[in-house]
Amino acid sequence: MSAVIDAQGLGKRYGRKWALTDCTIEIPAGHVVGLVGPNGAGKSTLLNLAVGLLAPTAGTIEVLGDEPAGSPEGLGRVGFVAQDTPTYSGLSVADHLRLGAHLNPTWDQGAAESRIDQLGLDPDQKAGKLSGGQRAQLALTLAVAKRPELLILDEPVASLDPLARREFLQILMETVAEQEVSVVLSSHLVADLERVCDYLVVLVASRVQIAGPVDDLLAEHRRLIGARRDTDALPANQEVIESSHTERQSTFLIRTTDPIFDPAWTVEEVGLEDLVLGYMGQAASAARNERSTLRLHS
Amino acid sequence: MIWLTWRQFRTQAAVVIGGLAVVAIVLALTGPHLVSIADGYLKVCRVDKDCGVTNNPVLTTDPRLEGALNVLVILLPALIGIFWGAPLIARELETGTYRLSWTQSVTRTRWLAVKVGVVGLASVVVAALFSLMVTWWSSPIDRANLDQFGPTFGQRDLAPIGYTAFAFAVGVTAGVLIRRTLPAMAVTLVAFVAAREALTFGLRPHLLPPEHVVSAITSVNQIGFNLSPSGLQVVGTTPNLPNAWVISTDFVSASGQTPTAQFLKSACPKLLNAPPGGGPSGGGPPPAFRECAAKIGARFHEVVTYQPANRYWAFQGIETAIFIAVALLLVGLSFWWVRHRLS
Repeated sequence: MSAVIDAQGLGKRYGRKWALTDCTIEIPAGHVVGLVGPNGAGKSTLLNLAVGLLAPTAGTIEVLGDEPAGSPEGLGRVGFVAQDTPTYSGLSVADHLRLGAHLNPTWDQGAAESRIDQLGLDPDQKAGKLSGGQRAQLALTLAVAKRPELLILDEPVASLDPLARREFLQILMETVAEQEVSVVLSSHLVADLERVCDYLVVLVASRVQIAGPVDDLLAEHRRLIGARRDTDALPANQEVIESSHTERQSTFLIRTTDPIFDPAWTVEEVGLEDLVLGYMGQAASAARNERSTLRLHS
Repeated sequence: MIWLTWRQFRTQAAVVIGGLAVVAIVLALTGPHLVSIADGYLKVCRVDKDCGVTNNPVLTTDPRLEGALNVLVILLPALIGIFWGAPLIARELETGTYRLSWTQSVTRTRWLAVKVGVVGLASVVVAALFSLMVTWWSSPIDRANLDQFGPTFGQRDLAPIGYTAFAFAVGVTAGVLIRRTLPAMAVTLVAFVAAREALTFGLRPHLLPPEHVVSAITSVNQIGFNLSPSGLQVVGTTPNLPNAWVISTDFVSASGQTPTAQFLKSACPKLLNAPPGGGPSGGGPPPAFRECAAKIGARFHEVVTYQPANRYWAFQGIETAIFIAVALLLVGLSFWWVRHRLS
């Protein structure tokens, strides 16, 4: 399957500060991909590079096999909902649909209108008077009605209340079901992604910690709880992602494709949130170790 | 893209078109009156053979409207630069809506081209219309004043068009570089005023090499005196060159020297003791003045440096071309910046 986003050694620098360094990532088509990571991991930078709002300082990025925003056709194949879902506050909802119709040859006015109707938005309402949730819905409508092959959403629900958040993701899911569209959605909240994503990419400090179909990831990870023992004592086919120890007890988050036979362990399935937190924790402690090693050497 | 630009711009456009219409009506109602007054005066003064500049009643007919128009035509380019140019891109960058526009099926180069094209063209058309109206309305006054290179030079004919194109381009560029509306507006005002002052006072006198007229000093009226702390100075009075731009009037000897304070002291001792107060007054010039003028006339001749009246359109054209050229350069910079630096 071809990649919708293919980044090789991608880097972006603002002034002297790197927002993204040496990021290599391939996101396959046909999925709803959750891009998750802590704030400052480079998620937003990566997605802005993918839609061509930013240009790379280093490396390359291809979206649907093309340079991002390289041509009107290329732009038309990618729908984007930017962070904080910007809209023209002085223009009405209907004006925004007209905007979409004038700026996109592939625009589906009927679908856009029925969606606005379904959302209960007043077409004459100025976008500046909409609630955050309604604004996000309008932005999603604009991005979807141009019939993109790839829909990219940058933290679309970050500023929404829980109810609006659920509604937004609900609509998004319906869209994906209706149209054959690949989706890449970033968030720092796993709970949001769990509901909609079937593919997960964990990005910490510009690095992909793990990527794969959600079902596979869940099947491959287990939590082991048992009497205290060293991390090194685990078999080689069990990759330790996270470990915590009390005086008597050890808990490991492991990745393995083989069955676990050791009767000393209580084996539990792992939720997506714990899995992601495990990988984020691993990356954070690796970074800590690196820093302290550097300090020892200097 | 044209639709979106027009949709965002139509309120501002309506305000300006409305204002322009009001001014047009006022001028259409008052203009013919000025023409009839000017024609009436000319008929009478031609018979009396005393047609002059100062006593023409057309100059005092509508001084308030005339003043207001002159202020408006000076302000218009700055206002367009500040309210049409500066926010055009800056507001999109400031509010983040560029992220919406730039991810539709339109490249950002085209987006910028349409925005700058539509609003820029509107700016130039508004400036041209307004200048045309003011030039027409003021023509009886300008014909009486005979000072086309004076303060009204930048308020008539082509000049306001060049200023407006330039101010608009400054606004757009400031918005692109600064990315914030209010600071961009402030910078636009400062940059526009600075550029206009620099061109009017620094560059304009040198746009074409001036002409010189050399003449003997035959009349006392050609000379005036200044008594300053540094001594007595001789100054030329304004020569009678209607509509020309007199840059300087000097007295020069055959060897190219100007009258020194020492020469004046020996030539005009009486004037030093009794200050003449500038020039001849009622009852003709005093004998000491005549004596002094004759002595100066014997050694010096008068050199008038000026731009002839028939160069008016050349100056209008050159100045407008300079401002439009700089405007195009600025717009080019904006395009380059939007393509390569805003990413």
